[in-house]
Amino acid sequence: MLTYIIKRLFFVLFVVWGLTVATFFISQILPGDPAISALGDKATDEMIQNFRDKNGLNQPVLVQYFSYVSRLAVGDLGTSLRTGRPILDDLRDFFPGTLELALAALLIAAAIGIPAGVLAALQQNKLPDVLVRLLALIGGATPIYWLAILLLETLHNKLRWLPGPGRLDAYLIAPPRVTGLVGIDAIFAGDWQVWSDSVMHLILPAFVLGAFSAALLARMTRAAMLETLNQDFVRTARAKGVSNSTVIVRHALRNAFLPVLTVLGGVLGGLLSGAVLTESIFSWPGVGRYVTDAAISLDFPAVMGVTLLAGVAYSLINLATDLLYAVLDPRISYG
Amino acid sequence: MVEAAPRVPDKRQMSKPARRFWRNPASLIGVVLLAILLFIALLAPLISPDPIAQDLSQRLKPPSSQHLLGTDQLGREVWGRVAHGAIISLQVGVFVTLLSVLVGVSVGLFAGTLGGAWDNALMRVTDIFFAFPSLILAMAIAAALGPNLTNTIIAVAAVSWPSYARLVRAQVLALRDREFVEAARALGTPQVSIALRHLLPNTLTPVLIQSSFDVGQAILTAAGLSFIGFGAQPPTPEWGAMVSETRNFISEAPWASSAPAIAIAISVLAFNLIGDGLRDALDPRNTK
Repeated sequence: MLTYIIKRLFFVLFVVWGLTVATFFISQILPGDPAISALGDKATDEMIQNFRDKNGLNQPVLVQYFSYVSRLAVGDLGTSLRTGRPILDDLRDFFPGTLELALAALLIAAAIGIPAGVLAALQQNKLPDVLVRLLALIGGATPIYWLAILLLETLHNKLRWLPGPGRLDAYLIAPPRVTGLVGIDAIFAGDWQVWSDSVMHLILPAFVLGAFSAALLARMTRAAMLETLNQDFVRTARAKGVSNSTVIVRHALRNAFLPVLTVLGGVLGGLLSGAVLTESIFSWPGVGRYVTDAAISLDFPAVMGVTLLAGVAYSLINLATDLLYAVLDPRISYG
Repeated sequence: MVEAAPRVPDKRQMSKPARRFWRNPASLIGVVLLAILLFIALLAPLISPDPIAQDLSQRLKPPSSQHLLGTDQLGREVWGRVAHGAIISLQVGVFVTLLSVLVGVSVGLFAGTLGGAWDNALMRVTDIFFAFPSLILAMAIAAALGPNLTNTIIAVAAVSWPSYARLVRAQVLALRDREFVEAARALGTPQVSIALRHLLPNTLTPVLIQSSFDVGQAILTAAGLSFIGFGAQPPTPEWGAMVSETRNFISEAPWASSAPAIAIAISVLAFNLIGDGLRDALDPRNTK
């Protein structure tokens, strides 16, 4: 098992290296000029030249790449051309926002998607199944930004049930930073007003972000449950007189959970990097919004920083999913 | 050489997947929705000869017999713009998928046929692209190339091809030691010919299924890019851009942003239903 984990961690390193090569050379091939983008059209030639010198943009491509990788090896992601700050500091500020949103979205997606999928499978071809399948189809096809706009308009602007964009109401002060997750930090600070406000602010964006994943999870859970419910061991359990709920929870769901786990892992990986649209609509200070602003300004060092972060997160989540597989299914062993 | 006797096609067997597809109500709905979209796209120039013409005296009018889906904040016909958007979105979906299939299938076929170091290298590149946060890469490419439709197609295709590479390679690995391939090899058929004439046609079924889902996903991604300003630019009647342009008028004129959003949902739904139908119909385990 340990050898397997070490091998996989090497693979994560390989992916990170691959991402540095790919992003770096893509940034070189693409025609946009980050100097003009950062300084504006009215910048003089001298200003552009100074900017290029300062940021090493005049050096040969390979020199730029090797200096980037050698800095990366000591944990330096470089400086953002847009904010002028170290990218690592920017990510430290923005990543907790995305993590908080992604975890909440995953929770909502799992809380809706998995029970809905189980219900649909148990009531195959009956009304609940048809409804779940229909909702899953619609949920998977609806543009999340429209859902976000509609929900903001009705639940915030019209009904005033939920707060609007942002992580906290303007009159509240964020608790001292411990984890960067406002809800958790508020608990540490014992500030329950901030805690409840941060949870209320999280509901709408997390629901919007989780809706697509809930649809996917419902479909996958339904398919996996149907497959498991037709297996011999389920029939045997029923024949032995095991109660229906035990058959469903202990026999069927436990086995159906493996393919669902793969989807959950993929969903979390996707949510960490895919919150771009949700964060932009809800003015959520996360990595998605940061990278959108970076891309607009052709701030490639920042885009590369986020890409690396997302790539590492994706690879580690995949590794964790595979290891969980072995824990949940004793038949799977990684030597 | 003895010429093989012409095979008499077994009509019942040949039509089984097709029959299964057409008998499935979900795939039928998908096809009907797609047909409606195509019809609207074809008629768009007649519905509205100029989808960007403004008439400020008619701004934010609700749907009526005069304005089928109402008007937007610049007095433009929403119905006409949605119809023109159908041309754009269907084109984007189809071109993105074609481009991704072309790249992905070539990489997968090449890797699987050659095997060894080539296979290893190409599949590791594919792994790296899988780890790429796709929307971020698409955004960066679209931003650097300049936000317009052609670049949106390139950007979305650049992040969509790896799944085809994996799919085709897996198929090729399963096929390359089969007897018909060995026979071709024994007859001295060149590697390229084996790949293109024997392996490729046998890998196309899963590619077809995957690509029908992907047309919808490409439409959704491209519209998302346009929504945040990295795709088609106003006043182009692209659905994502239209939702973005009219989002601030949602309380006064919900139809202006809802109509293009529903159009996106319908087209994604159509391709998803067709994909589901094709998968069920072509699944060898399905013997109904």
